[in-house]
Amino acid sequence: MIDILGEFPAMKIGELREFKKSIDGSFSEFTGEYGEAIEGFFDPLLWFLVWFEKLLLATPWPIILLIVGSLAWAGSRSIKIASGAILAFIAIGYFGMWEDTMSTLAIVSVATLICIFIGIPMGILMARSKYAQTLVTPLLDIMQTIPAFVYLIPVVMLLGIGKVPGLIAVCIYALPPVVRLTNLGIRLVSKEALEAADAFGASYSQRLFGVQIPLALPNIFAGINQTIMMALSMVVIASMIGVAGLGVPVLRSISNQYLALGLLNGLAIVALAIIFDRVTQEYGKRLQKHRHGDHS
Amino acid sequence: MSDIAISIKGLYKIFGKRPKKMVEYVKDGMSKADLLDKHNHVLGLKDINIDIPAHKISVIMGLSGSGKSTLIRHINRLIEPTSGNIDVYGKDVLSMSKVELREFRRHQTSMVFQKFGLHVHKTVAENVAYGLVIQGISLDQAKKDSHKWLERVGLDGFEDYYPAQLSGGMQQRVGLARALATDADILLMDEAFSALDPLIRADMQDILLDLQQDLHKTIVFITHDLDEALRIGDSIAILRDGEVIQQGNPQDIILKPDDDYIVDFIQEINRGRVINIKSIMNKGKTVEGPSFHQSSVLENVLTAVVDSDNHAANVVDDNNEIIGSIHLQEIATAIAKPAVKSNININYK
Ligand SMILES: Nc1ncnc2c1ncn2[C@@H]1O[C@H](COP(=O)(O)OP(=O)(O)OP(=O)(O)O)[C@@H](O)[C@H]1O
Ligand SMILES: [Mg+2]
Repeated sequence: MIDILGEFPAMKIGELREFKKSIDGSFSEFTGEYGEAIEGFFDPLLWFLVWFEKLLLATPWPIILLIVGSLAWAGSRSIKIASGAILAFIAIGYFGMWEDTMSTLAIVSVATLICIFIGIPMGILMARSKYAQTLVTPLLDIMQTIPAFVYLIPVVMLLGIGKVPGLIAVCIYALPPVVRLTNLGIRLVSKEALEAADAFGASYSQRLFGVQIPLALPNIFAGINQTIMMALSMVVIASMIGVAGLGVPVLRSISNQYLALGLLNGLAIVALAIIFDRVTQEYGKRLQKHRHGDHS
Repeated sequence: MSDIAISIKGLYKIFGKRPKKMVEYVKDGMSKADLLDKHNHVLGLKDINIDIPAHKISVIMGLSGSGKSTLIRHINRLIEPTSGNIDVYGKDVLSMSKVELREFRRHQTSMVFQKFGLHVHKTVAENVAYGLVIQGISLDQAKKDSHKWLERVGLDGFEDYYPAQLSGGMQQRVGLARALATDADILLMDEAFSALDPLIRADMQDILLDLQQDLHKTIVFITHDLDEALRIGDSIAILRDGEVIQQGNPQDIILKPDDDYIVDFIQEINRGRVINIKSIMNKGKTVEGPSFHQSSVLENVLTAVVDSDNHAANVVDDNNEIIGSIHLQEIATAIAKPAVKSNININYK
């Protein structure tokens, strides 16, 4: 009697071992059977990522500075932010982190693009159907809360160590915000604006591209901003499975206790995050400007 | 009678999970309150039969929740009826396919909304061009084609403003121009001026009446404001709890209200300023005295009638021919407020 209260009536150790074994076994089998096909499927992605990384690395640094400065200006229309971005990149180069930064930029950019291409249509689908929303929401919750290491295991089992599994891990983590905010943004579009579209005989696509998406754009943009931030925050974890970039020296510093090295690379990640954040936020604000009455 | 543009027959709308079943209860006489209490369904519209004449302004009036918006949205099928028929120029709107309905909305009806329904991410010119763009015309061309409507409502020079930069009255002028730009014959206006200040509202009514002189659109105009209804309506239908309780020309409704609800409605209006002499005259009879045009309102003839020897006057038509006469007594009776049947204590002010 007392016994049963003292210890939780768990599965017998042997049974549990068998249970886990059978899962591992069947996944290994799956990997053996389809691993190569799946890898092949991701080949174009790998090719694109490598190409983009090489392009960034091959471009002379003054040109990169110029591009960074003008993109920051185009996004934010702020001299302060644009010159801040250039200064940050000069500092990064001066402290010898240029190449790692380019690699990180490459993977974050590609991951963000993938998230946008998958996430926005997903968000639109969720906004359109209640069913899709109830199905996808818990999935997004899991993606955001499950520790990254847990989904790294099957990804690595399937694809091994390298850029593609790293990219996938980053995307899994960074995808939810853009999906959620696209869905939210579209659902928040005013009933009146939509009714007007219907009353004038708009088709589904005229409604979507003419009214819903443009009106949801500030929210979608906030989602993209968060997605970029989350992709950046995955850089260190991604480097554990073979992604080049600023995460690699950080990992090295942890195992060897190099304080300065870790700090510098960490700060470089922070600098990238701040630049991305300010530029996209300012851009998002500009998108919304004429909706609040001030003359433009 | 002029020809009928929109014919609505036996229209029912019930909101809820099983509306078809509920229609039977309502047809058997269940009230809106009972339907809500016992079956948790909302009676939106009940057995609506209205013929809306072409090229006239037909007003639908009623208090909040009486089903006005629901009714007008059936005409372009933004709301699906539970049962009934809607014909527009002889075409059955309810049997239209999705594509046909879209074409119908693009070319035959347009709409003006209480909260304007403008697209805040588009400029004024883009908003006005919207209906044409939806028809498949390029934005540039649509802007050119719709520009005259922008001028017509007095917004020339505001092309590149955004709606948020305009006042409410100006925004609704954008809404009106947008609706006119598609050249649709039928204009559906759901409390289009209700959100505006009284002065601006009067302005908008003037603009609408002015436009109507040239355009002769078929306008369905919804309002809860009797003064507005009397000012612009060629005919008025009154809705209560989803039912039409009286329809006719404005003079009839004021002079012969069908029930207490309507009497209540017309209590506060200035009758002397609304009722015209034609609607109370004795047809054919001629008297010694001054003559007035048939559209003159009582207030404007009262002094002259009092001053005349017989306390009477003649009513003449557009050709200045006498068509009837009025006496002081009839004017006085018409100006007196009708008694509320349930409240015989009349309060003469
Ligand atoms: N989608 C809906 N679901 C349930 N009930 C509804 C729905 N739309 C309208 N109703 C109900 O139908 C009735 C008529 O509503 P409607 O909006 O047509 O009134 P209205 O005369 O336009 O009022 P207002 O002057 O406030 O605009 C109301 O009782 C309302 O609560
Ligand atoms: Mg309404």
